[in-house]
Amino acid sequence: MEKRVTFKGWLLPMCLLMPQIIITAVFFFYPAGQAIYQSLFIPDPFGLSMRWVGLGNFEYLLGDPYYRASFVTTAVFSLLVTVTSMGFALYLAVLADRLIKGSGVYRTLLIWPYAVAPAVAGVLWLFMFNTRVGVVSWYLGLLGYDWNHVLNEAEAMGLVVVASSWGRVSYNFLFFLAGLQAIPKSVIEAAAIDGARFWTRFRTIVFPLLSPTTFFLLVVNIVYAFFETFGVIHTITSGGPQQATTILVYKVFSDGFVSQDLGSSAAQSVILLVIVGALTIVQFKFIERRVHY
Amino acid sequence: MARIPDEGMVEKRGIGHYFTHVGLIIGVLVIFFPIWLAFVASTVTQSDIISPPMPLWPGDQFLTNYSKALTSGINAPVALMLMNSLIMAMGIALGKILISLLSAFAIVYFKFPGRRLFFWLIFLTLMLPVEVRIVPTYEVVAGFGMLNSYSGLIFPLIASATATFLFRQFFMTVPDELAEAARVDGARPMRFFWDILLPMSRTNIAALFVILFIYGWNQYLWPLLITTDPSMNTIVMGIKQMFPSGDDYADWPVIMATSILAMLPPVIVVVSMQRLFIRGLVDSEK
Repeated sequence: MEKRVTFKGWLLPMCLLMPQIIITAVFFFYPAGQAIYQSLFIPDPFGLSMRWVGLGNFEYLLGDPYYRASFVTTAVFSLLVTVTSMGFALYLAVLADRLIKGSGVYRTLLIWPYAVAPAVAGVLWLFMFNTRVGVVSWYLGLLGYDWNHVLNEAEAMGLVVVASSWGRVSYNFLFFLAGLQAIPKSVIEAAAIDGARFWTRFRTIVFPLLSPTTFFLLVVNIVYAFFETFGVIHTITSGGPQQATTILVYKVFSDGFVSQDLGSSAAQSVILLVIVGALTIVQFKFIERRVHY
Repeated sequence: MARIPDEGMVEKRGIGHYFTHVGLIIGVLVIFFPIWLAFVASTVTQSDIISPPMPLWPGDQFLTNYSKALTSGINAPVALMLMNSLIMAMGIALGKILISLLSAFAIVYFKFPGRRLFFWLIFLTLMLPVEVRIVPTYEVVAGFGMLNSYSGLIFPLIASATATFLFRQFFMTVPDELAEAARVDGARPMRFFWDILLPMSRTNIAALFVILFIYGWNQYLWPLLITTDPSMNTIVMGIKQMFPSGDDYADWPVIMATSILAMLPPVIVVVSMQRLFIRGLVDSEK
């Protein structure tokens, strides 16, 4: 798509572009290039020289049981976050869509968590489930359940999943509600006249018509779980216990900054780069289809 | 003409309607419980909390806890962290909007050699969140001596193309006749930009501002890496620093007061500018 009417000259547009080009070059292309470059070397223990290892860092990573475990952890984590937050949001959106009046009030109340930073959400949930003072863990104790996410891997995973999903419900709710409201009422009424009950209508009409929204949210939520949940994990578990909640982004951080293993951290960045690239392509392909639709 | 109620026969009356509200209210309560608990914890004493179960109704320590947090905090006064967060969020939002408006204008309204190349160079950045390139970006910022500075907090997070993409999409929908008329009148390009394009983009700018402000305010990993000096901490990353490293009890009332203060500005922005917020959300995902 191009404009028919354009202005002449090249000096002015170059000047207009300069701020963005300079910032992008310095803070984006150079560091991204560095990540790719460093991923091919191993620095010596004193940081004085770099030894060329080719794809050695990648080979080492892919053979490293910890890194492979982190892959599995990330997959499980993103799947659980996506399903939990989308499921709860869909439930709320379906209910709000049934209201003729007042859905605006619920909307106003339900968008709050979007504004709460993942790291703050982490602190709120940590407080509720704290092993010594947490309200929820205390009541669970009364019921005879001994909650301890500091030691129990499954509980740690459950807690970071719930804390990460919580803030995401708002976003998914808004998109699901918009999607539901775009479905023509006449289609649903026709089915109702034919005697289809709510659940049948939902399964055979509403959910299929909602599938573009669902698919879009699926991709966006996976990207969120991969890259934006660092704050939740860092505040609640710091990747523990025994790396049970060390997702890939957390591992880049802990290998690069805590253990200072730059070659490996850079190689991990490059692998993540490929994953984001793939997800972005999926997203763009889908958006193209939605535009044509 | 009498208005025909359009709820039709699908909408449940009576008992079904009632269940819908009950279902939604349960949802709202589940969503709000963590926030409510944090608020309650910020209004009671430490001893109320460390002998569980803590009360579920606010106490009378509101002023004590909040003024302690704001004026002294634990590592740094929270008032200072709030200011750092405000500067960072405003810097990111306004900086991104400014450079994106200019570059989108250049890309859409001029034909010059290399235009396509620049276009793609900018759009590549859509793909790579800062989390992925933290180590080398940290080295660049350290090399410039920008650790513990506002510019170090702001610039690396401006390097992304979402806003440019958005303004480009919007400029494409602006009727050609407007630029045509401006050209016929002999108006210089920048005049057209200031007098016509910018006023037309007001709503888009505002919607984007809401999204970017929240994005900037809620940053965690980047401030964690580059602000080692407590007086440069932002509030969102500063909360975690308030926990003791050993076995001591955390100062929960102050920490929870800080959490409430950390979420207040973005919540106010989202709720009071709901329309713009939803528009920005939908726009930036298109």
